Amino acid sequence: MTTRTADRAFRLTTQAAAGVVLVVVLAIGAFLVNRAVPALRADTANFLTETSWFPDQAKPVFGIAALAFGTLVSSMLALLLAVPVAVGTALFVAHYAPRRLARLLGFLVDLLAAVPSVVYGLWGLYFLKTHVNDVAGWLDRHFGSVLTPLHSSTGTYGGSLFLAGIVLAIMILPIISAIVREVFLQVPRANIEAALALGATRWEAMRLAVLPYGRPGIVSASMLGLGRALGETIAVALLLSTSYDISWHITQPGGATFAANIALKFNEAGGTGRGALIASGLVLFVITLLVNGVARAVVRRPTL
Amino acid sequence: MKNHLHHATVGLSAAAVAVLALSGCGSDNAASAGGQPSAKANCATGSIMASGSSAQANAMSEWVKGYTASCSGATINYQAVGSGAGIQAFIQGSTAFAGSDSALKDEEHGPADARCKSGKAIDLPMVAGPIAVAYNLPGVDSLTLTPSLIAKIFSGKVTTWDDPAIAAVNSGAKLPSKAIQSFHRSDSSGTSDNFTKYLTAAAGSDWTYGHAKEWKAPGGQGAKGSDGVTTSVKQTEGGVAYVEYSFAKNASLGVAKVDNGAGAVELTPDAVGKAVEAATVVGVGNDLALKLDYTTKVPGAYPIALVTYEITCEKGLSSDQLAVVKSFLAYTAGDGQQTLTDLGYAPIPASLQAKVTAAIAALS
Repeated sequence: MTTRTADRAFRLTTQAAAGVVLVVVLAIGAFLVNRAVPALRADTANFLTETSWFPDQAKPVFGIAALAFGTLVSSMLALLLAVPVAVGTALFVAHYAPRRLARLLGFLVDLLAAVPSVVYGLWGLYFLKTHVNDVAGWLDRHFGSVLTPLHSSTGTYGGSLFLAGIVLAIMILPIISAIVREVFLQVPRANIEAALALGATRWEAMRLAVLPYGRPGIVSASMLGLGRALGETIAVALLLSTSYDISWHITQPGGATFAANIALKFNEAGGTGRGALIASGLVLFVITLLVNGVARAVVRRPTL
Repeated sequence: MKNHLHHATVGLSAAAVAVLALSGCGSDNAASAGGQPSAKANCATGSIMASGSSAQANAMSEWVKGYTASCSGATINYQAVGSGAGIQAFIQGSTAFAGSDSALKDEEHGPADARCKSGKAIDLPMVAGPIAVAYNLPGVDSLTLTPSLIAKIFSGKVTTWDDPAIAAVNSGAKLPSKAIQSFHRSDSSGTSDNFTKYLTAAAGSDWTYGHAKEWKAPGGQGAKGSDGVTTSVKQTEGGVAYVEYSFAKNASLGVAKVDNGAGAVELTPDAVGKAVEAATVVGVGNDLALKLDYTTKVPGAYPIALVTYEITCEKGLSSDQLAVVKSFLAYTAGDGQQTLTDLGYAPIPASLQAKVTAAIAALS
């Protein structure tokens, strides 16, 4: 009897805990929607296709098109740059490096993950920006005529989506690398040894035994990294030379992202402005959900 | 012992409140009799919250230091969250006054008056902040720009430093053939608002983007905050930006002289004071909202400036806030003005200072 009461009490406690989480999430959602709706009503442009962001004018005009574009482009670029390096680092640490070196490298990677994002932002602004300008200039001169995204029509490079992508890549690298390393360490020793025993070289063993086994891990690690890149606020706000247009010339100054836009505009925003920023936050939330959903679907798909 | 001390402080602060209540009445009477209450003598006890403009943050922290040095019973907590957020916080009633780079707009007056239950919200100009046109051109120590040139530079119509239009007003200067890289604020900012107000008024035919806290002109590059803009110019040869004078001075950037039609004027506190003197009060009664004359041709007046305000309730502050607000603002409008020049600000001119002091004395 007493055990049954205790059991019941325990169940009720866990239910209550779960209920609190649910209530908090719903309350936050209700608050956001409540604040966003009046602003969306006041918007005189199409919220989804408009690029400019002037919510506090007499006739508010604002939309998320440029924000969505900038957010996706900078995050994708970051992912493109970070994933190969992260997977390489993880492979090296897990299967190539001598144990001592592996431990040191693993420690350094974890250390990178612990650096606050504002530090990356300041470093990017004061140090990396001038150097990336040289790189972007070189890329433009040599490949700009073929690959239009690398061409800057203004001849200046500065705070571009390209720069933001690079800094974001450095920021998400440690997260991806740390998770992928753990996954690679889980690969059964027997699989690798079997591959080697069949005459595979070291690289072939990695390709046949380690990488396929780690694939879902790589995808979910990338998604975690992408989540951080999508939501990164202060580093991007410091780096981007914000402009509200959609331009594929990613080395030229410009671009804007959801989170950075909120950080840049919130302080001086009036009533409609705040509502508009909250609405853009909701859109970012939906985009993140979609990205996560797609990633989960990819992971669940049977391999090969 | 500890207990004893505690009682002593309670007794003291009670006495201070009593004295304040009395002096409050006294200064009202004095004001109506035309006398000026001494700013120094009015110490208050208590603690208030305030927030707003970051353009006046340096002045405010100096004021708080100076005021609490002589009035140790008071605490003033000023958060530099930005003018917009400051006004919002004031409207919600969580602060006693707001610092703002622009006077209350028509649509803000309603809610602000509602917050001051029994009275109106008023704008009290407290400090003038010159906006410098800062540039990075090695070898060019002196540069003069006209309003029309500034407008063209910041809208991308003049693109190189040796443009004939720039050379025409800078005879003798060796201007390089570098590209002009203009920087603006990527965050919403009162500085952008005031700078574009200037361009709209003084160079209307070349500046068609109106004024706003958000930058609307095409081209140029954005950077976050005065600090970000200053850093960008510092990093970029051929860079130019509008930024509060103190930032340009600290980064030792070149600061352009502005020729509003009466000769080139160097940016000095005096020159800014002259421009603010030419401003007219557009507020009603004790609301001292100003309209700067951006097209002023007063010789020696530097026309690009922003006036930052303290916004508070003429009547209707809660009694514990009132004493401190009144006493603190009396200090900032009085003795506090003298500390401003070193910080890159300009004090408000004497004629206006008298009006502000009178308005503060009338707070109730």
